[in-house]
Amino acid sequence: MATLEIRGLNKSFPHGREQRQVLRDIELTLHDNEFVSLVGTSGCGKSTLLSIAAGLEGFDSGQVLVDGEPIRGAGLDRGVVFQSYTLLPWLNARENIEFALKAAGRTRGECRRIADEHLQLVGLNDYAEAYPNELSGGMKQRVAIARALSYRPKILLMDEPFGALDAMTRHQMQELLTRIWEHHRLTVMFVTHDIEEAVYLSDRIVVMGRGPGHIKASFPVELGRPRHEEMATSTAFIALQRQVLKAIREDERQP
Amino acid sequence: MTQRSSLFTIGQPPGRRSYWLIGLGVFVLLGLAWYLSTASGLVPRLFLPAPADVLARMLSLAADGTLWADLKVSLYRIGVAFLISSAMSIVIGTLAGCYGFWKAASEPLVDFIRYMPVVAFVPLTILWAGTSDVQKFLIIWIGTFFQQVLMIMDAVKRVPPDFIGLGRTLGMRDPAILLRIVLPSALPGIWDALRISLGWAWTWLVLAELVAATSGLGYRITVSQRFFQTDTIIGYILLLGLLGLVTDQLMRAAERVLFRYNRRRR
Repeated sequence: MATLEIRGLNKSFPHGREQRQVLRDIELTLHDNEFVSLVGTSGCGKSTLLSIAAGLEGFDSGQVLVDGEPIRGAGLDRGVVFQSYTLLPWLNARENIEFALKAAGRTRGECRRIADEHLQLVGLNDYAEAYPNELSGGMKQRVAIARALSYRPKILLMDEPFGALDAMTRHQMQELLTRIWEHHRLTVMFVTHDIEEAVYLSDRIVVMGRGPGHIKASFPVELGRPRHEEMATSTAFIALQRQVLKAIREDERQP
Repeated sequence: MTQRSSLFTIGQPPGRRSYWLIGLGVFVLLGLAWYLSTASGLVPRLFLPAPADVLARMLSLAADGTLWADLKVSLYRIGVAFLISSAMSIVIGTLAGCYGFWKAASEPLVDFIRYMPVVAFVPLTILWAGTSDVQKFLIIWIGTFFQQVLMIMDAVKRVPPDFIGLGRTLGMRDPAILLRIVLPSALPGIWDALRISLGWAWTWLVLAELVAATSGLGYRITVSQRFFQTDTIIGYILLLGLLGLVTDQLMRAAERVLFRYNRRRR
């Protein structure tokens, strides 16, 4: 069981001398093993919401609960995949995963075994000894995903993880992520600005609006699993994509 | 017309071969100018001795041991002072780059002292420490420490915030994040700051030895001035340049070994 509940959450940042509200009355529940995407125009606060859920950012009022327990800062129960890969450059691919496992308190022998298993999972066993700067963007993000999964967090938080990748690599990464997720289910919060990506990956899409950031709409994705590439051309897929886009656009017409 | 890249195109780096050829050529040219101006009698030897004279003088100083004694004592002074200064600046610079308290406590003070001319401290240090080695340490320390702190603080501040976020999500405590993420991540920048400040340390060493010393490379230069030994002066200045170059290259070589993960192997 792993649920993430966000209740009545408000967040503001200091802006000059005053406070500017960036999130208002956020109510969001991620059910056990549910894959939920957050979409919205830039500046709607979706990344801030993810940082708060991760425990990396504070909030003014409200509650963030994991399995009913309020969070106290960041922790090993929530793994984070950042857009900027965040592989430590002085450690090779395997050591980067071992670094996380060591922090999670695994023994040295376990670290090695689990790290290799997870490199295998993302198809990078041949690159175990490569340093981050010898890896392509897509490979780096695969290592980062392997690292975040390796210590078995209850919830995975992904902040535009494929945002910096080219279109081809992006598609491969989406395939890979669906395949992994369908095998090793866990609760996922996935922030993206790519609607097609959101539809392809998610069980549910939550649309956020601006000024200050709030939740506008929620769409269940009623496509079967396992997902595969051909689905992207199906009528249901395209219809949902349009609906989500329309919900996002409504926000822009407001002054 | 197609665009051709040449050594005179903006933004075109020179090839490895032409870089070294041109660089060496400038040295040869300057040496030749030196040789010609003295051999032709254009410049009196008292002001500018011939290259051969300088070489002969340096060889005789090396033979009677004066050169090695001067070199040894100067290397000892710069070594000790630079190590103390570096150790202090790494600790304080890292703390100031990480924690608000240390930043507020050190940055304004360092910025203030940094603009005080080191030369102005020389009389004071002589009153405090006489002509002892401690006076040399003090001058080198004043000259390098305050610059190093700022550069190291900067290197620490350039550590990506997401790296620290990663540490937090892995449940690491702040001291562990500092030691296992921030420091290794800032190390290439810190090393660079040390390499650059070592060059300055040479200047402060010679300054301290010029003014108040009874030994060392700077002292020899002052003594030679009294006896119009321009050949020794020029020889020692060239030697100081060479020493600076050698230490810089050593630091760079160490950098390539220490931070080899930044290179591409594939």
